[in-house]
Amino acid sequence: MSNDLLTMRHITKNFPGVRALNDVDFTLRSGEIHALMGENGAGKSTLIKVLTGVEDFEEGEVLVSWMDHPLINHSPQEAQKKGISTVYQEINLCPNLSVAENIFIGREPKKNGMIDWKKMNDCAKKLLKDLNLAHIDVTKSLEHYSVAIQQMVAIARAVDIESKILIFDEPTSSLDELETEKLFQIMRQLKNKGVGIIFITHFLEQVYQVCDRITVLRNGELVGEYLIKDLPRVQLVAKMLGKDFDDLAAIKKEGIEKRDRANQVPILSAKNVGHRGTIKPFDAEIFAGEVIGLTGLLGSGRSEMVRSIYGADRPDSGELSIKGKKKKISAPIDAMKAGMGFLPEDRKAEGIISDLSVRENINIALQTKRGMFRPLNQRERAEFTEKYIKLLQIKVANPDSPVKQLSGGNQQKVILARWLLTNPDFLILDEPTRGIDVGTKTEIQKLVLKLAEEGMTIMFISSEVDEMLRTVGRMYVLRDGELVGELTEDQMNENAVMAAIAGGEKDE
Amino acid sequence: MSKLFQKITRSQLFLPIVALILVLVFNVIKTPTFFKITIMNGTLYGFIIDIINRASELVILAIGMTVVVASSAGTDISVGSVAAVSAAIICYSLGPSQEAYKVPYLVGIFLGLMGGMLCGVWNGFLVAKMKIQPMVATLILFTAGRGIAQLICAGQIIHVEKVEYRLLGSFLPGVPLPTPVFVAILVIVITWAILRYTALGMYIQAVGINSKAGRLVGINSSAIIFLTYIYCGLCSGISGSIISSRIAACDANNIGLNYELDAILAVALGGNSLGGGKFSLAGSVIGAITIQALTTSLYAMQVTADQLPIYKAIVVVIIVAIQSTEFKKWFSNLKRKYAIKAEAAS
Repeated sequence: MSNDLLTMRHITKNFPGVRALNDVDFTLRSGEIHALMGENGAGKSTLIKVLTGVEDFEEGEVLVSWMDHPLINHSPQEAQKKGISTVYQEINLCPNLSVAENIFIGREPKKNGMIDWKKMNDCAKKLLKDLNLAHIDVTKSLEHYSVAIQQMVAIARAVDIESKILIFDEPTSSLDELETEKLFQIMRQLKNKGVGIIFITHFLEQVYQVCDRITVLRNGELVGEYLIKDLPRVQLVAKMLGKDFDDLAAIKKEGIEKRDRANQVPILSAKNVGHRGTIKPFDAEIFAGEVIGLTGLLGSGRSEMVRSIYGADRPDSGELSIKGKKKKISAPIDAMKAGMGFLPEDRKAEGIISDLSVRENINIALQTKRGMFRPLNQRERAEFTEKYIKLLQIKVANPDSPVKQLSGGNQQKVILARWLLTNPDFLILDEPTRGIDVGTKTEIQKLVLKLAEEGMTIMFISSEVDEMLRTVGRMYVLRDGELVGELTEDQMNENAVMAAIAGGEKDE
Repeated sequence: MSKLFQKITRSQLFLPIVALILVLVFNVIKTPTFFKITIMNGTLYGFIIDIINRASELVILAIGMTVVVASSAGTDISVGSVAAVSAAIICYSLGPSQEAYKVPYLVGIFLGLMGGMLCGVWNGFLVAKMKIQPMVATLILFTAGRGIAQLICAGQIIHVEKVEYRLLGSFLPGVPLPTPVFVAILVIVITWAILRYTALGMYIQAVGINSKAGRLVGINSSAIIFLTYIYCGLCSGISGSIISSRIAACDANNIGLNYELDAILAVALGGNSLGGGKFSLAGSVIGAITIQALTTSLYAMQVTADQLPIYKAIVVVIIVAIQSTEFKKWFSNLKRKYAIKAEAAS
């Protein structure tokens, strides 16, 4: 018992209309990595928010070993002072400050009452070097860097604060494998120093890589606490879902890819399309009913490739043909009118329109496609919303409530609904399952295959190779901003994909 | 019953309306004749009439400001100067003659409104195309606008002597209500209709909340922002024409002076976020009327013009504080504490 670092007892928290946490217990021992698992809306994030003072709680108490009275935090800053820091799922840094400033904000090294810039920059450089990010210029503002690097900066910040308890809320969702491995090394180092780490993730594999113990939540209630060796993966999933997990491998269907393509006109063909600085000119041909995957490391140009097809980044060379007809696409609206839809990688920054209602978020793409002067009438709006909430099983009490109140997975479903409503021929899904629970992931994968069967063409990007293997019929491989190859169905297996992504020998 | 009550109190318009009612109730106590309306020469007189009359140009400006704030998350601080530009164009083109205008009346008004819109085009260009921060971009016309107006008037105050010119700012023959009220109502109705019968309202909000996401669903964000600035310019022009008609002249230095601040305040009093996004037109209209009610009632209480800003500031601080989220949080905590106490007692 003396080993217990943190004890949370009978925590209860209500949101308007929802009981987010119901009598939840949670114990963290010193020197362990403890996974907090559950589906979206299970209460993981809420529990963390309660612990760090972002939200208050109605009942229960929180005890930490280094204080002799119950702990109540009123803000994350207060929690940080008391030794609990967090790396959040949604990156919360200041993009217009420098990397070093972001790491040291609020605790800048001082000399004669002034900020000691040199020391700050040196310390920042050293910290990042430990994270294998020696090439980062710490004096540049953060917005120059990719989401993955921003995430690493957030981690560097939390690691440097030297807390007794460290919380990682989905830290790996935007990291590639190398970066993730590096993070795990650091987590293990911290663990050996006696830090207690709470790790929230949707990647089951990672849980089994680093964690010692698992606490499972479901619908705001505690399911149980387990040692990692006592809980095989299938059982963990079963506990999270509260039912037996139907095998994902069974959903893949055969057929469409095998069709003869010789005389078929491709639904989309790109010749020499490129965007300076992000993606080198590429050629691609995509056929109706295909699910085509784009694979590559983060920053390999997979997102940039689809963005230039969709007109999100206006291509500066080449030409696109859709169903054999040349189309000029200079803005997303052109792509939409040509029958495309695009679910962007960064749901928060580019997907949801947070303050608008679920209804408006679903209807908006169809509305812009129809044009400003032909507004959807009340009946249509209600009908469409109703239909897709049912079809995609979006959990929402009132479609007029702002979409920001929904959990991540449900927000993603709203964006999917938005595009399905426009009835596209060609749908681009950039990381549709990122940060989403296992159940919803499976649902989305199934949906993708079902849509393809009905004749829709889908371009699918995912960082998870096994998800890609299950879903797509053909793959384009990207590396360093260039389309470098293609894998057909019979060439696709985990090793081949890995080899293609990594490509030849690389230094470093 | 309690559900209905909750629905009412949670509405964005609840607090603005309460603020307005408070100001009015306070008036009745201090000035019992406040709601008295008399008829003189076939037109209505009274404090209430005076408020809605004087509030007209502010209401119009506030509407333009509302759409600008919603779409661009910034304020157009040039509205007062643009009003002066419009007034100058109108007075210059109509001319000072007592017998006849230099150009037909409607042409003069049209030119003035065009001038206002042109200023809006300039602001919109700077904000939407050049991506300059709205306050900095509109600062240019805020200062240059009055210079332009002076230039048009050649440094003089142009008086339009023809009697009919005063009609827009006073009473049409045989109509008991002042003309500006009708103009304001017309602007409200037209704006409401545009937002109601096109998808523009949703576009403006989407652009204001998340312009990147807006672009990806096919909205041309910069075009929407551009449009709102032009509309704001038009509203400034209309407002300028009314002000100028009230004094039958163009005084480039004083027309619409400090109106931009009241217009921004009206938007905020209406419960609209100055951070852009969701907006309520009705809120801004109520906000504008509240500001005018405050001014008029302070005059009614014989507060002198030089002391007016102090009292106004006090009331505004109270109204804005009540609407802040911090206050709401504090208030709901207080309510909860009492509920717990009551529970413990019973």
